Amino acid sequence: MNGASTTGPLAYAVERLRFRYDRAEADSPNGWVLDGLTFAVRPGEIIGILGPNGSGKSSLLKILAKVLSPQEGLVRLFDSELAGMPQRDVARSVALVPQESHLAFPFSITELVLMGRFPHHRRMLGLSGLGWEGPDDMRVAEEAMRETDVLHLAHRSVADVSGGERQRAVIARALTQEPKVLLLDEPTAFLDLHHQLDICAILRRLNEERGLTVILVSHDLNLASQYCDRLLLLDKGRAVRLGAPEDVMTPEVLEEVYRCRVLVDRHPQSGLPRVTLPGREA
Amino acid sequence: MGLMAGRTQSDGRKAVAASPAASATEGRESRRVVTVGSSRLSPMRWLLMLSALAVAAVLVLAICLRFGATPIGLAEELQIVSLALRDGQAGLEAAGADGVILLQVRLPRVLLAFMVGGCLAAVGVGLQALLRNPLADPYVLGISSGAALGAGLAILFGLTGTALAFSALPLCAMAGGLLSVLVVYRIATSYGYLPIHTLLLAGVILNAVCSALVMFVTSIMEPNRSFGMMSWLMGTLTAPDYPAMLVLAGYLLAGLLLLFRQAAALNLMTLGEESALALGVEVESVKQTVFFTSALLTGAVVSVSGMIGFVGMVIPHAMRLLTGADHRLLLPASALVGGMYLMAADTIARTLLAPTEIPVGVVTALAGGPFFIYLLASRKGRLA
Repeated sequence: MNGASTTGPLAYAVERLRFRYDRAEADSPNGWVLDGLTFAVRPGEIIGILGPNGSGKSSLLKILAKVLSPQEGLVRLFDSELAGMPQRDVARSVALVPQESHLAFPFSITELVLMGRFPHHRRMLGLSGLGWEGPDDMRVAEEAMRETDVLHLAHRSVADVSGGERQRAVIARALTQEPKVLLLDEPTAFLDLHHQLDICAILRRLNEERGLTVILVSHDLNLASQYCDRLLLLDKGRAVRLGAPEDVMTPEVLEEVYRCRVLVDRHPQSGLPRVTLPGREA
Repeated sequence: MGLMAGRTQSDGRKAVAASPAASATEGRESRRVVTVGSSRLSPMRWLLMLSALAVAAVLVLAICLRFGATPIGLAEELQIVSLALRDGQAGLEAAGADGVILLQVRLPRVLLAFMVGGCLAAVGVGLQALLRNPLADPYVLGISSGAALGAGLAILFGLTGTALAFSALPLCAMAGGLLSVLVVYRIATSYGYLPIHTLLLAGVILNAVCSALVMFVTSIMEPNRSFGMMSWLMGTLTAPDYPAMLVLAGYLLAGLLLLFRQAAALNLMTLGEESALALGVEVESVKQTVFFTSALLTGAVVSVSGMIGFVGMVIPHAMRLLTGADHRLLLPASALVGGMYLMAADTIARTLLAPTEIPVGVVTALAGGPFFIYLLASRKGRLA
């Protein structure tokens, strides 16, 4: 599970990151969504970002994909400063799987997945042109669809598949970008147990087989504990803890951040920390 | 066929779904046979579809030319066209009155209808992709009424000068269209970026203001001018002479090519701005190109045809059912079909109560409205 390499450049180096939405100024005196965040991610790691609602998890993920730009601080992606990189170059090494995908138009699943090839299209004379997909593009897309088990849905319209199938297709699209880093926002939020396990198995396999760095935001503490190498616990835009599940998921730390009492014991199979909400007194 | 195969396999999958690991491996083996090649837009399908539509457009053009106050038979039509092509001016004179009607009255008008319809449909496609809303078109955003206001002011002040091969009217209309896009854009970006719903709302308000101003301008005109203004506003195709038409055609074609260059990026824009950014699209530059091209195209089109509604909304909607959602095909296909649609609509407008003409805008609204309602009702909740 731990494929993290110790040599070579860091996947991400984040220093003193501060971010606020433009509209937030009026709302609160301290409108910083992320307030002085510093951390690093090694290539091949699986990192889970945890925290209560409004702690800045999703904003952080979008900043890492250069979808949002921070006001202060520095983000380096494999030693290149993210702010100076063209969007296309970012998209060749980082893929983002958003929390929800609203699709307004009836693309087929294959067409949706092939969109991941956009940053790889050749441009002639500054023209994006028609960007017809070549055999290589098709091979990469087909491989990704096989990986996420949506190949049998190739002809279906995105409007006609279930939420779990669409989520897997969006992950296939992300893989089609051939990224080094995969960012996922609540990848299991709308899925049933079976599909939650499916997604986690896919992520772990990609991590092991391709050395893919995975950063995921989750509300599910137990899933994160089982599948992540390290956890980053956020509260009000600051990092409370960053470390192995054993160090982050203690009753004291969780109670401080989530402001409620929880029970922490060991998972019967893996021995990793397991969180349970308090029940009725027996 | 592909659909059927997909269904059986997914049923098979459910049967073995007890253990996720097992089902994943088995699934991968059994699905090797499926190829994804036909489930996307291929260059071959693109070429075939557009060639077929181009042929259809020529046929529709030939048919529309036959109809009018003076019916002209197909054989006669062919004879006149071949005479004119062979002998030029001399051939035209030999063809007599029918030749003049066909080539100097009807042909320019039908060609203009084709260009106007094509542009309205293409602009509709572009705006719908940007706004991720299948209901958007140049009218919803207030671009058309902005252009109409520009043209109305030109008529009010009697501007008739010419600059850069354009007369004052289209220039004022384009300025009006551009100005309204700038206003909408300005309102919407005052928050630092361009949220789509803000833009729609700004467009609706701008539309109301511009329409009121157009009515005001019309009301203070001299009666004979205001009558012309009214009939123009309702959507009437007034063909300019051939040289001016050629300039217009070149201009519109350039605009369409600019839009078409963004076709691949437009596909990604329909996922939403954040997803498009994450996939490497320079979102701001795509938005600006498409908005400004749309404004200029709409301005030019409004100046020669007035307010013709529903083409930019209905044609892309219908075309998605035929071509799929990929803008590389949807955009040119919608342009061709939009052109055919308006040629047919204008022919009806010319002939239904001949020699009286109905404004073509009335025909498109009466045909488009019910069709649109039908689409909404038959595909409830599904966006096609």
